[in-house]
Amino acid sequence: MSDTVQTPTAEPGGSGIKTLEVQIWRGGAEGAFETFSVPRRDNQTVLDVVTEVQRHHVPDLAYRFACRVGVCGSCAMTVNGTPRWTCRTHVGKVAGDGKLSIAPLRNLPVIRDLVTDMGEFFDKWTKAGGKFTGTRSRAEPMAEVDPTSRARRNADAGIECINCAVCYSACDVVSWDKDYLGPAALNRAWTLLNDSRHAAQNETLAAATAHGGCGSCHTQGSCMRACPVGISPTRSIAGIKRMSLLDFLGMRRS
Amino acid sequence: MSARRHRSYAAHLGHRLSGLALAVFLPLHFLALGLALEGADTFDRFLSFAELPLVKAAEWGLVVFLGLHLFFGLRLLVVEFLPWSSDADDRAGLIGWGTAGALVLGGIFLWGVI
Repeated sequence: MSDTVQTPTAEPGGSGIKTLEVQIWRGGAEGAFETFSVPRRDNQTVLDVVTEVQRHHVPDLAYRFACRVGVCGSCAMTVNGTPRWTCRTHVGKVAGDGKLSIAPLRNLPVIRDLVTDMGEFFDKWTKAGGKFTGTRSRAEPMAEVDPTSRARRNADAGIECINCAVCYSACDVVSWDKDYLGPAALNRAWTLLNDSRHAAQNETLAAATAHGGCGSCHTQGSCMRACPVGISPTRSIAGIKRMSLLDFLGMRRS
Repeated sequence: MSARRHRSYAAHLGHRLSGLALAVFLPLHFLALGLALEGADTFDRFLSFAELPLVKAAEWGLVVFLGLHLFFGLRLLVVEFLPWSSDADDRAGLIGWGTAGALVLGGIFLWGVI
């Protein structure tokens, strides 16, 4: 990537701000915010700002990104108090007053600066019964799935999750209860519970309804509002709660 | 954290805090019932205490909290057990109706007091 420096300009139709006051978290859990002055540029994303700070101010700034286009989900950070994909967040959308606060994702251990350890997030994904168990070998014909069935439509609603942990960071219950599996893991469980090819249905339902599972959700709805791709883990978790009740009453459809 | 700035989070807080307030009130309620069993004099003294304006104001607050807890709890049941029309449909519109319903209950209480 070239290290070109454009002339700072105001955003077309914007507030005319030419310099951003950027606070970035430095250090681990016990770190502090450090303030930088960054030129305001046209079509500037928050990830652009972080990159500029790393290139021109603090080369040892640790942050994580890959695709820059909202596909990989690795650049999620807390921007002005809200978890977001920094690559898909335009500065003009979040820093109308010219001030940016960029911190690591909440609810995950900070490794350094803006990088978190996502190990527990993925461990919980597995703990919620998120591993697919197939019933057919590759020698057998492909399973037929009716795309119009209610179950498949339920699965489709949550299947585009890329595990960026934005919902996990937005959720207060995760902060309060370290055993809570979190919105992404339970959303994954819900997609499997609606996947007719998944053989371990009962195991997944048991895992998703066990201690720390769907019963711990307080239906705050922060996850569904924070999700960058518009998935509703709140809806998925409600689905698991409903399914577990029907299962308890012996009325669950297999 | 600004991720909390939405109606559903406010409803979550309202539901939990009103539940706590009601839980704190319940022992006093049972105490009053117990006094009624002990004798007319003791219960009358309690009733005269309950007529104090500050106590009446607290009772009005409890009635509103009861309404909030009831209506926000009903919304949760709707969210969790009825089908969603879309991914964004967590019945946030019911929060306003629930708040209005609780205030109406508070108004009915005031109507009886004044």
